[in-house]
Amino acid sequence: MTMIKNKMSEREEIEALLPWHAAGTLSRRDAQKVEQALASDTDLATQYSLIRDELVETIGLNESLGAPSARAMQKLMADIEADASTARRTPSSFNLGEWLSEKLSSFSPRTLAWSASAAALAIVLQAGLLAGMFVNERQGGATFDTASVQSNQTVKPGTEALISFAPQASVAEITKLLQTYKMAIVEGPTGEMYTVRFAMTGMPKEELGRVLKQLQDEKTVRFVYPKSGD
Amino acid sequence: MQTTSDEALIGRIAAGDKLAMQVLFARHHVRVYRFVLRLVGDPSRAEDLISEVFLDVWRQADRFEARSQVSTWLLAIARYKALSALRRRPDEELDEETAQAIEDPGDDPEVAMQKKDTSEVLRECLTKLSAEHREIVDLVYYHEKSVEEVAKIVGVPENTVKTRMFYARKRLGELLKAAGVERGWP
Repeated sequence: MTMIKNKMSEREEIEALLPWHAAGTLSRRDAQKVEQALASDTDLATQYSLIRDELVETIGLNESLGAPSARAMQKLMADIEADASTARRTPSSFNLGEWLSEKLSSFSPRTLAWSASAAALAIVLQAGLLAGMFVNERQGGATFDTASVQSNQTVKPGTEALISFAPQASVAEITKLLQTYKMAIVEGPTGEMYTVRFAMTGMPKEELGRVLKQLQDEKTVRFVYPKSGD
Repeated sequence: MQTTSDEALIGRIAAGDKLAMQVLFARHHVRVYRFVLRLVGDPSRAEDLISEVFLDVWRQADRFEARSQVSTWLLAIARYKALSALRRRPDEELDEETAQAIEDPGDDPEVAMQKKDTSEVLRECLTKLSAEHREIVDLVYYHEKSVEEVAKIVGVPENTVKTRMFYARKRLGELLKAAGVERGWP
């Protein structure tokens, strides 16, 4: 009797773990136990099949919720600037290569499968090439090939912004956007963000606000924020 | 890999690196937003709350002890903020409870089956779970949190996490049955 009871509780314990097994968040030991039970218990296997359906639809439901607007980041950065703790801290240096390496290693297989992250990763690589092209060709001072700014004109350190491109944006679309707004990628990606520098130096805050708002409405752009200090 | 790099970001944030803050935000804000949105049900309020969550991270980064994943810490802060916000507006809690009690007029099994396939019905039933059940289902299936991590976020023992998930699934099965989808369980 005790043996039957133990057997029951062990089965219940395994049944309780099925959702985590489906999500891939069990320890190797527990996962093996569940796998063995699934191989020999058809009822449990049926239950597991239902759980997999639930998992798929839960992910689909959450993915359909959309994303917050740029306002959330803008509010955060404004709050950070105003926060009393900010002034007490000394910013540390930033290693671009390390950031890129960390970002690329952070994509989980399911994230890649379930969102537009695969496309985002592709664009990170594409835009990385763009960034290299822009920066490398213009070492010693960024220049712009646009109608209003001569190609040999050196751009002094000026107004910069942080930008994240839409996952579906093509290299051609990003290139066109950069030309239209007379800006160049000067750093990135850090996470999904690039630093872009505008050709116009000393841009007034109102003008910058107007341009950023315009950029935010572009379908090629996912987010754009003023860079701290601008 | 994700844990290590997030921890590195937190270290930089503790040192005052605003760019690290922006990267951490870019990496996690969508999932945190969706988690909060599912709790408070108001996109504009969810946006405000995620700004508050990350501001707390900025303020408390030097106190992060890496006993859990950064994403687990974020969700725990987000949950606290969301529940505090709901407590400040008891009317909306009432509304949610009322909404849960109201039968869906489209629940007639035959009509439901004619109009929708099972996955659509399943998705609809997921939205009808109570806030407590919805939360645990999201944490396990969407946020990929282990039993231990869910326990930390929700602040309950691990056995309670398993039991709550079991009852959330049971309730989901009942809702599906009421909508005309017979799964054989519960």
